[in-house]
Amino acid sequence: MYQYDKYDQALVDARVADFRDQVARRIAGEISEDQFKPLRLMNGLYLQLHAYMLRVAIPYGTLNSTQMHMLAHIARKYDRDYAHFTTRQNIQYNWIKLEDAPDILADLASVEMHAIQTSGNCIRNISSDQFAGAAADEVTDPRPWAEFLRQWSTFHPEFSYLPRKFKIAVIASKEDRAAMRLHDIGLELVKKDGVLGARVFVGGGMGRTPMIAPEINPFVTADDLLSYLEACLRVYNRYGRRDNIYKARIKILIHEIGADAYRAQVEEEFKHVKTLGIDPPAAEFERIASYFAPPAFKSAPDDGLDLSDSTFAAWVKQNTFAHKQPGYIGVTISLKPIDGIPGDASSAQIDVMAELAKQYSFDELRVTHAQNIVLPHVAKRDLKAVYDVLAANGLGTANLDQITDIIACPGLDYCSLANARSIPVAQKIAQRFADAERQADIGELKLKISGCINACGHHHAGHIGILGVDRKGVENYQLTLGGSGAEDASIGKITGPGFDEDGIVDAVERAVEKYLSVRTDGERFLDTYRRVGMEPFKEAVYG
Amino acid sequence: MAELRFRTDEPQEQPAVTLDAFLDQSNATAVRLEPDDDARALLPYIDRLTMIEIGFPTFRDGRGYSAARILREAGYTGELRAQGDVLVDQLRYMRRCGFDSFMPNVPLNPVVVDHVLNVYDLAYQAAADAAVPVWKLRHG
Repeated sequence: MYQYDKYDQALVDARVADFRDQVARRIAGEISEDQFKPLRLMNGLYLQLHAYMLRVAIPYGTLNSTQMHMLAHIARKYDRDYAHFTTRQNIQYNWIKLEDAPDILADLASVEMHAIQTSGNCIRNISSDQFAGAAADEVTDPRPWAEFLRQWSTFHPEFSYLPRKFKIAVIASKEDRAAMRLHDIGLELVKKDGVLGARVFVGGGMGRTPMIAPEINPFVTADDLLSYLEACLRVYNRYGRRDNIYKARIKILIHEIGADAYRAQVEEEFKHVKTLGIDPPAAEFERIASYFAPPAFKSAPDDGLDLSDSTFAAWVKQNTFAHKQPGYIGVTISLKPIDGIPGDASSAQIDVMAELAKQYSFDELRVTHAQNIVLPHVAKRDLKAVYDVLAANGLGTANLDQITDIIACPGLDYCSLANARSIPVAQKIAQRFADAERQADIGELKLKISGCINACGHHHAGHIGILGVDRKGVENYQLTLGGSGAEDASIGKITGPGFDEDGIVDAVERAVEKYLSVRTDGERFLDTYRRVGMEPFKEAVYG
Repeated sequence: MAELRFRTDEPQEQPAVTLDAFLDQSNATAVRLEPDDDARALLPYIDRLTMIEIGFPTFRDGRGYSAARILREAGYTGELRAQGDVLVDQLRYMRRCGFDSFMPNVPLNPVVVDHVLNVYDLAYQAAADAAVPVWKLRHG
């Protein structure tokens, strides 16, 4: 994976010094909270319901064991011994003191990490496929592209006070594991006549107005990419709405003027920007790519796995993926135990995962947008040993992509924007469907919960989505069906009137029972919904 | 006159006119742009302008950063002033986008100005200032 050189380190160290100074000025009362807000936000520091929350960037979800141990250390030293992995492949600490924040950033900088631009109306952490570099179906490793963009977007002087936040994702497989088209810019790497380039999608997003990004350019090569993206951002900075924060994302601009008009503006701007010489040479791209060379896989005979232990076999079936290297396999560690909080891990668990990565996965871990952790490169002969350690530490839940592998935002338990709690609803649904056989029978079912219209819990992209709203001071939950964040991206449709906390759990169960009764062989919940439509589900849910 | 000025030539004293007034056959040499104004409208005239002031009614409105870069990229060499809700922590990005004078609503603490302009000596990306991007330092 990427390693900082002296320049990367100097920039991150400077940011620590800069923020230390800003915090001192804030504590001394030299800057107002209003003036401090954008500064702390650009360092990932939010003021939540009970305390400051710090969001640390995990660029494209990739980290090594030293970094993972540091995340545990921070949870232990500065927080309440646990942390929360997010849908943008980052990590959040919920109980941070303002005066500790500079020290935390300094600790992070010591392991080549930071919290830069994890909030604010700037270009946020670049996200990617959690199986990058391991997936059998990728045309290339997308992470060099993501790192290339990370550097370009870091401290970008023109695009740090955009109309609204700006999220970019990069993938390199047909199968979209990163919800690419639900980003402000989504890049899908493809090969054309032997040359790599990016399909550029612009204007996707969730929030209160979910949109699937249209394709704006079918092929941009690495030599033109930064100029092209500068053009995309500049047009947005010029025309994006600033009168209403709910209409300020680029998706609204593109929806209002149309993809063709936006594309034409970008083309015109690109012609100009391309003359400025802002694209780094190929040697820089190659320098970055060299850090992502495949690890030193040992050629081992692919002699299968001993699946005589049925618990282990069930976990292997559910939580592993095909690796491009024979003899290896990828592991997804579920952070969704039935009674847990989706995406949370204790310091001890974070340390356990770090140790496993060091010992068994070439020192690499990934965070997924579904709030789980991946060990990307595990030798098949080590898989049982890895599983045993996971299971002994509450990390062996075999529910990946099943109904209890729920994405949920922090909700009203933590978040100052939330209208309703998400975590208790996730827990009640998980308890209702806890039976492993029942879950296996239901099959792939992506259930996602947001505690407000901002949709941090990706409910629009859930096969089943739940949106918490405030209805005359009472928490109320709306049900949506048919969303997808994958390559067949779609926005879920609302079933009808909302439910109270227990009612929504029953409604989910009735929808699932309906699916089970009408599905045909091999159909997932989503497939059945798309075939039969909303009506039968509506009848089941309200009937 | 600007509170902070990073130029050695004599300050422009002529009052700035609005973009509309300027385009309406003005022979003014100083223009003020509001966030809504399209800086590209000035490009045919940049050779005879000596001062362009860009207004920031609120620091959150970042359109002026693009306007500044567009003017510099087109070869404008006159004074480029940021006026309004200009805060000390925005100075560095403004300098990078080509602003070389500042007239903030609230005076800035010179000690902090000096700190924020010197805490970083590197930049990842090329912009409208003289900073050499890190990728160029890496590859000579």
